[in-house]
Amino acid sequence: MLFHVSLYASLLVFIAGCAYKIYGWFARKVDTSDVEFSASRRFVLALGGMLGTLFSPRVLVLFKVFLLDVILQRRILKEDVLRWVMHMCIYGGFMLLLLMHALGSLVTANLFEEYASTLNPYFFLRDFFGIVVLVGVAIAVYRRFILGVPRLSTGPMDVYALVILALIMLSGVLLEGVKMTSYSAYDRMVQEYADTDDPAELKALEAYWVHTFGIVSPKPMDSVDSDLLEQGRDLHEMSCMACHDAPGWAFSGYLVAKAVRPMALFLDGAGFPDILWYIHFLSCFFGLAYLPFSKMFHIIATPCSLLANAVMDSERSHPANVLTRQVMELDACTRCGTCSLRCSAVPMAEATENRYLLPAEKMAALKDLVSGRKVSDRAREAVMEGVYLCTNCDRCTVVCPSGINLRELWLGVKSRLLETGYSRPFILSPFSYAVSLPGGVSGEGARSRATDRAKEALRHEGGPPGPVSTPLRLGEDRGADALNPVAASSFTYCFGCQACTASCPVVAAYDRPEEALDLLPHQIMCSLALGLVETAAGSRMIWDCLTCYKCQEYCPQLVRIADIFFELKNLAARELEAKAV
Amino acid sequence: MKKYALFLGCNIPARVPQYEKAARAVLDRLGIELVDFRRFKCCGYPIQNVDREAYVLSAAGNLAVAEEAGLDMLVLCKCCYGSLRKARYLIERDEKLRRLVDRSLQGRGLRYSGRYEVKHFLSVLYHDVGLDAVRAGITRRFQDLRIAAQYGCHALRPSEITRFDDPIRPRILDELVEATGAVSVDWPMKLECCGAPLLGVNDQVSLELTRKKAADGKRAGAHYLCTACPYCHQQFDSVGRASDLSDGEGQTLSPILYPQLLGLSMGLGEAAVGLETGPNGGSNLLSFLST
Repeated sequence: MLFHVSLYASLLVFIAGCAYKIYGWFARKVDTSDVEFSASRRFVLALGGMLGTLFSPRVLVLFKVFLLDVILQRRILKEDVLRWVMHMCIYGGFMLLLLMHALGSLVTANLFEEYASTLNPYFFLRDFFGIVVLVGVAIAVYRRFILGVPRLSTGPMDVYALVILALIMLSGVLLEGVKMTSYSAYDRMVQEYADTDDPAELKALEAYWVHTFGIVSPKPMDSVDSDLLEQGRDLHEMSCMACHDAPGWAFSGYLVAKAVRPMALFLDGAGFPDILWYIHFLSCFFGLAYLPFSKMFHIIATPCSLLANAVMDSERSHPANVLTRQVMELDACTRCGTCSLRCSAVPMAEATENRYLLPAEKMAALKDLVSGRKVSDRAREAVMEGVYLCTNCDRCTVVCPSGINLRELWLGVKSRLLETGYSRPFILSPFSYAVSLPGGVSGEGARSRATDRAKEALRHEGGPPGPVSTPLRLGEDRGADALNPVAASSFTYCFGCQACTASCPVVAAYDRPEEALDLLPHQIMCSLALGLVETAAGSRMIWDCLTCYKCQEYCPQLVRIADIFFELKNLAARELEAKAV
Repeated sequence: MKKYALFLGCNIPARVPQYEKAARAVLDRLGIELVDFRRFKCCGYPIQNVDREAYVLSAAGNLAVAEEAGLDMLVLCKCCYGSLRKARYLIERDEKLRRLVDRSLQGRGLRYSGRYEVKHFLSVLYHDVGLDAVRAGITRRFQDLRIAAQYGCHALRPSEITRFDDPIRPRILDELVEATGAVSVDWPMKLECCGAPLLGVNDQVSLELTRKKAADGKRAGAHYLCTACPYCHQQFDSVGRASDLSDGEGQTLSPILYPQLLGLSMGLGEAAVGLETGPNGGSNLLSFLST
């Protein structure tokens, strides 16, 4: 009764949960473009896309990816062999158990007529698969808590996943072991299946089962001779053998049975077989019901992501389907940390102390943002900075075991930031390079508006120069200047020949460069000499500098002009950020 | 066999993979062994504008990884090259920066002493392999092929830091180009910037520079512009094509990566050096090869 009620209840929650999550794939969006579609429209378009793929040659790609990446998990193998072994153990063992054991009456019994869970090979395999899963869980625990895999963060969800798996498997093994010794279970079976009710015969059968199958009987067994056992075996062959192989085949349960033997009668009397049975199926059903809301939902979302990314591309696929896939990808991310481990921006994440530069952290944060969870402005700003300070090396996308197109997410969000008024100083840097390439996502108009806004924000507003709150690095080494060629204070050598301005290709690109750039290179040197650091740092020239270093190379006074520009840009950016806080 | 730590940077694997492919192919022919490091990260170039410390720390991690392996670095990208060279220079001379770097590396079990060099691909060919050995590897020479050599700012300048070539009259790339039988043309804008550093910051100026250079090379009679940097290359390749660099007569100056040029003259096939056929591909180049 409880079994069936909880089964159907958990199944219901599971289905409703999946439906809710999958509805979210169509109803929500990551802010990567300004296109809008209703959830129903996106659903119809996705169906269309899927059918279109199924009836096209691309279906072969799907098959290949399903086999190699979903079933055999090639992408994990490429990254880390131990991790692959772990995942194959957990997922392979669990899937086989699910099909053979949990769905035994539906699947195995229909495939193999003689199926009985206590007959070989099923009897042995059930134990074997269970142990395989436990080995996987053990490796996972080892990786997370002992080996300390870098960039692999362990949250409550990861602990839950390991606990529920271990609970299901261990309760199963214990149940099997305790049941092997259980006299009441034996008694029930005898009443149901024994072809005799002759007490002498039943005694013989019991003697045989106690001797061979490890049942612990409460009855004193005084004289067990070989004749009795012989007789018991005959009865066993007649009544039981069709469904029971020797218990040793279920090796893990058998070991438990051996271990609990001394207290078997107590356990049986206290109802342990039932208790363990409840724990076993209730933990299974809890896992099922909670699956859509836990990390385990990746067993649905990740294959979807792998398959979708194998046949979709951001340029040819319908924009609505791209939006849908992007939300799905957030669920497909297991936070395994592979992307963060390989991310090119790791040292920058450390130096800027913004963990949102790391892709796995960005994914988690995007997931929160997309699902409408409350995120503080500050955290949001850190996430957006993290998205922007991406060097676009695409490594995260190449290595992601879930096949997530992270590259597209970052480029999309970057472009949207520019379109919606983002104007932090670092958009005036090579971080804006990839969005501006042809086939990049943002329009040129939006980009130049954004960069103009940023340059405007950094501009010196005129008036007398006030005190600079952050000391300019230029002056720091002024004393040791002659000895230390790094010192940017080399501007003091400038004698105003204007070779820098004359050689500057940016200056040459404008008819009226003073209007476009505020100050020309030699004027910046002059401003610095006059102590007008803010004026120099507030000119647009420094941000439009190509960093081609011609000025510096050709300066007869060895003034480090381009390097001074770098210092000024750093200063201006720091000042602006300090003001914003 | 000389060994180097190959530094690819961010741009090449993502957008100019043919550069890596061709470079590996020719270096293999010339007996250079390349060692790959998964631990190489960004060279720091993009963050220089806003955070000098983050830049130097990012660069220093790579220098230390190569040092741990006891290898000189072979860098393909000129912006990575310039960035790594400058970081070395700064760490050597700025005591405060040096302490910061030491502390950060210590946390990762690394150290940096500056014992190993950072070299650009072209310098390795020219100095370490040697022009004679490069010439010896050539099996078929280009004839009547005119090439505009694109040096790339961040390798050339600031010369005191990059130590790549004579900043006023560089020769390395010209001589390497001529080793293949091609003619390296004189063109007034040879030392100018390709425009890439401003792409995304000031597209107008960026493309204006690219256009000027392409027109200048064309005027000098070049058939191709020879690059050895992914930024320069893309600027004349995909960026240039998208914004139409034609000189009014519908003619453009397509870029060719130096290792592709060299590879073809070493007898490697188009596929082996990552040249696709097509309007911008190498099919036209092959017609310049003597058989």
